[in-house]
Amino acid sequence: MHKLDAIDQASLRTDVPDFRAGDTLKVHVKVIEGTRSRVQVFQGVVIRRHGGGVGETFTVRKVSFGIGVERTFPLHTPIIDKIEVVTRGDVRRAKLYYLRDLRGKAAKIKEKRETPQKSR
Amino acid sequence: MTNTSTKFQRTVKGVLGEKLGMTQVWDADNRLVPVTVVQAGPCVVTQVRADDTDRYQAVQIAYGAIDPRKVNKPMKGHFDAAGVTPRRHLVELRTSDAASYELGQEITVETFEVGQEIDVTGTTKGKGFAGVMKRHGFHGVSSSHGAHKNHRKPGSIGGCATPGRVFKGMRMAGRMGGVRQTTQNLTIHAVDADKGLLLIKGAVPGPRGGIVLVRSAVKGA
Repeated sequence: MHKLDAIDQASLRTDVPDFRAGDTLKVHVKVIEGTRSRVQVFQGVVIRRHGGGVGETFTVRKVSFGIGVERTFPLHTPIIDKIEVVTRGDVRRAKLYYLRDLRGKAAKIKEKRETPQKSR
Repeated sequence: MTNTSTKFQRTVKGVLGEKLGMTQVWDADNRLVPVTVVQAGPCVVTQVRADDTDRYQAVQIAYGAIDPRKVNKPMKGHFDAAGVTPRRHLVELRTSDAASYELGQEITVETFEVGQEIDVTGTTKGKGFAGVMKRHGFHGVSSSHGAHKNHRKPGSIGGCATPGRVFKGMRMAGRMGGVRQTTQNLTIHAVDADKGLLLIKGAVPGPRGGIVLVRSAVKGA
């Protein structure tokens, strides 16, 4: 849909860091309570990135008080204040739905070891 | 002759355009809004119908580029009378303020404002020969309970010896789509006057590239 690129451009965020499934993120979400707004942090593992363009979404999963909580954000939504990448995960697939069936230590994702010769 | 008693009283504003496709944008409250982008206008006024000449009031607008060699003589004469270059699509809008338009006047997206309710008319996508479930929303027949090879069939289409025939207008399978349709009470989400774009909340009939007529809503306030 190249005809609509110009319109989508206005909605796209440019401050989205590079991340993929398996990474641990801190998503700073703007919450509006009545008249004042504050920032809430949702930290967890990215289990999927879905779609592309202005409609792209990602899902972050965390276990809160023993209960799995998943939150799906549109990648370019203005309610996100910022996205911080905490760790890079070493995973072999793009959708980590298997994490839903795992508990505790089994649900832990190995951290990715950066290859040394890669010059950034 | 006696049409003066039922005079058309509404003022209708309209513009022809091309549907570019759908996308999504965020509104002021950070809610996601599905929008259809329409490249609307610029249109020109090619004819103004007045009470004393035509016994009704309307304005004819034209839109779209056309190869001048493809315009036949009668049409060319019509466009010459308005003093404009030939266009591909013509449409007449019945409106009580037709007298305020003049020949050759340009109509752009600025006719509409943000938040206004509109109706959009277009030709729907052709679906080909479709069965009753798709075409008329029938429920079909049970997928189990002994149903045999009649899962998507309509069932009974009428009585037996009385009336001894199938009533006219019985909904059956057939060609679906490719007909003129108006979607009412859509809202203008944004107007881009520089590019001549209208962002309309919701879906409008037709494929991408289809011609649509955007005009002020018939119903509502």
